[in-house]
Amino acid sequence: MAALPAPGGAGPSGSAGVSGDPGRLTTQTLAPAGGLPSAGGGISGARSLRRMARAVTSNRKATAGTVLLVLFCLVGIFPGVIARDNPSAEIYSRSLGPSAQHLLGTTAFGQDMFAQVVWGTRPVLLIAFGVGLGATLIAMLIGIAAAYLGGAWDGVLNLITDVLLVIPAFPLLIVIGSYLHGAGTGVLIAVITLISWSFTARQLRSQALSLRNRDFLQAARVRGERSLYVIVVEIIPTMTSLLVAAFLTNALYAVLFSSSLQFIGLGDPSVTSWGTMLYWAENNEAFQTGQALWIIVPGLCIVALGAAFALLNYAFDEIGNPALRPVRSMRRVSVKNAE
Amino acid sequence: MNFVLRRLGFFALTLWVALTLNFLLPRLMPGDPALAVIAGHKGALSPTALKALTAQFGLNTHQSMVAQYFRYLGDVATGNFGVSLTTQPGNSVGRIVLDAIPWTLGLVGITTILAFVLGTGIGILGAWRRGGRLDSVMPPIFVIMTVIPYFWIGLVLILFFGVKLHWLPYFFSYDYTLTPGFNWPFISNVLEHAILPAFTLLITTIGTWILTMRNTMISTLAEDYVRMARAKGLPGYRIMLDYAARNAILPNLTGFAMSLGFVVGGAILIEEVFNYQGVGYLLLQAVDNDDYPLMQALFLLITVAVLVAILISDIATAVLDPRTRGAR
Repeated sequence: MAALPAPGGAGPSGSAGVSGDPGRLTTQTLAPAGGLPSAGGGISGARSLRRMARAVTSNRKATAGTVLLVLFCLVGIFPGVIARDNPSAEIYSRSLGPSAQHLLGTTAFGQDMFAQVVWGTRPVLLIAFGVGLGATLIAMLIGIAAAYLGGAWDGVLNLITDVLLVIPAFPLLIVIGSYLHGAGTGVLIAVITLISWSFTARQLRSQALSLRNRDFLQAARVRGERSLYVIVVEIIPTMTSLLVAAFLTNALYAVLFSSSLQFIGLGDPSVTSWGTMLYWAENNEAFQTGQALWIIVPGLCIVALGAAFALLNYAFDEIGNPALRPVRSMRRVSVKNAE
Repeated sequence: MNFVLRRLGFFALTLWVALTLNFLLPRLMPGDPALAVIAGHKGALSPTALKALTAQFGLNTHQSMVAQYFRYLGDVATGNFGVSLTTQPGNSVGRIVLDAIPWTLGLVGITTILAFVLGTGIGILGAWRRGGRLDSVMPPIFVIMTVIPYFWIGLVLILFFGVKLHWLPYFFSYDYTLTPGFNWPFISNVLEHAILPAFTLLITTIGTWILTMRNTMISTLAEDYVRMARAKGLPGYRIMLDYAARNAILPNLTGFAMSLGFVVGGAILIEEVFNYQGVGYLLLQAVDNDDYPLMQALFLLITVAVLVAILISDIATAVLDPRTRGAR
């Protein structure tokens, strides 16, 4: 993981090291004291958000994931500050090696590769956040509605979810992509969102079902609250951690799906993004012509961004479920008990 | 019995949805993609092929959508998937697909079995020596593996073992210069060409088996009957295999049944990266060439394979574990 901050040459990776270290220190100092008490169940709303904020600083995986994600966001928001070159301008000599002028060299078309990597961050992030939010939102609507309304509604919504769940997602994406002829960022977000909400919907439905007969919901019903109020104010806040996990998982899959689609040429080839870089590199036989960086660097960026989402996801899992924490600490406890 | 009938009903419904998607997608997409492609290839097609295609994509407008739909369902039921538009113009789609299937079954099928056996074994050992060296390196590696795009792993392996070291071939499934036949030079050549794609597939899929087996095994090891076996002083390997692993293997076993369904369409990008002429490679070729009849048939094939596998694994779970029968 430590070797991952590849995209930004000296600047960004240097700052990753700097801001990463204090995080690691806090982990060591805080973990024994602050780690265990946060493992209570059934917390809601702002309180659980505050706990998450504290957890990010006390869990090493969470710190690493957050630092990576913040870095990528900064690069995605201000690409022009880091790379002055126009990423699609074919103005340099072709296939140059790395140099001070072109940190990663130039492509076979004479574009600055570093600029491409930097500017390519934005579409990937847009897709990750767009699909993460969109799919989680649809899943929330459908999953909770199914559980709360029950009866025929539940039957129909659940059936739709199940059918979508078993139809192979990636081949379906390929088929839709082929009819679209060059999907831009917005289209990719829409298509991937529509295909990937079903798993989350199922999770949220069963969570909502398990809440159905809890006292606080009975109380709300007795008070005569409207369904919408109950769902938004009473049910959804109890699912915060599940929703965060769903967002992170969907974002991760969106990164992988969209990059794969772009790699096989189903994205809009004029958009500069990591997936389309890989597409052009493969089309120009980058390996055989000695331009390995053209394939290695965008791939590493995908891995690093994916790792950011995955690390955060694992961290939140560990925070919410103490049984999953690394064994080492458990062993220490059992050794102590034995003594 | 009731359970099996319900699963069969769900199978039929999903199949119908997949068929309908196949029918509706080209008709609903903006810009009428089929029309554009057929117009673009008019010269290369025989009049009969052209006629079949216009009918298949509903371009002769005097037929109503409903009539087209039933015609399409009838065609699929009788195994008539039409002719290829551009990949192998004029050839029957069924024929082309049948030629590709053995390559995918050979490469992906064997690798899937290998990944299952190895992964389950490593998972058993990892859980048995919990906290040991094997167990502590596995989870982080798995985290990393889940975020790497499969195709990129293939590309990196090509770079090192193919381009840099020249150890292994990485293009197509055998040397163009050889004539296919049942002789050792050809067979060994095929095996050599399969090593890199198979290895890529193996390292990308093995993690799931390891992790599922390990996690189930850990909870099984905490059961009372395992403690009882330990108390009786049984040898370690017997407790590990006969007591713990045997009871923990169910999720992996049903997962295996399901993964067999994904064999057909599960390695699309790996086949593409290695130019390995299986089903996935064919699908992407069809996509590249806008060969819609071929693409539709392949999508259907991949979906049906997955659905059948899910049906089998559902029924297998119900047979092997009575507790699941009443659920859902």
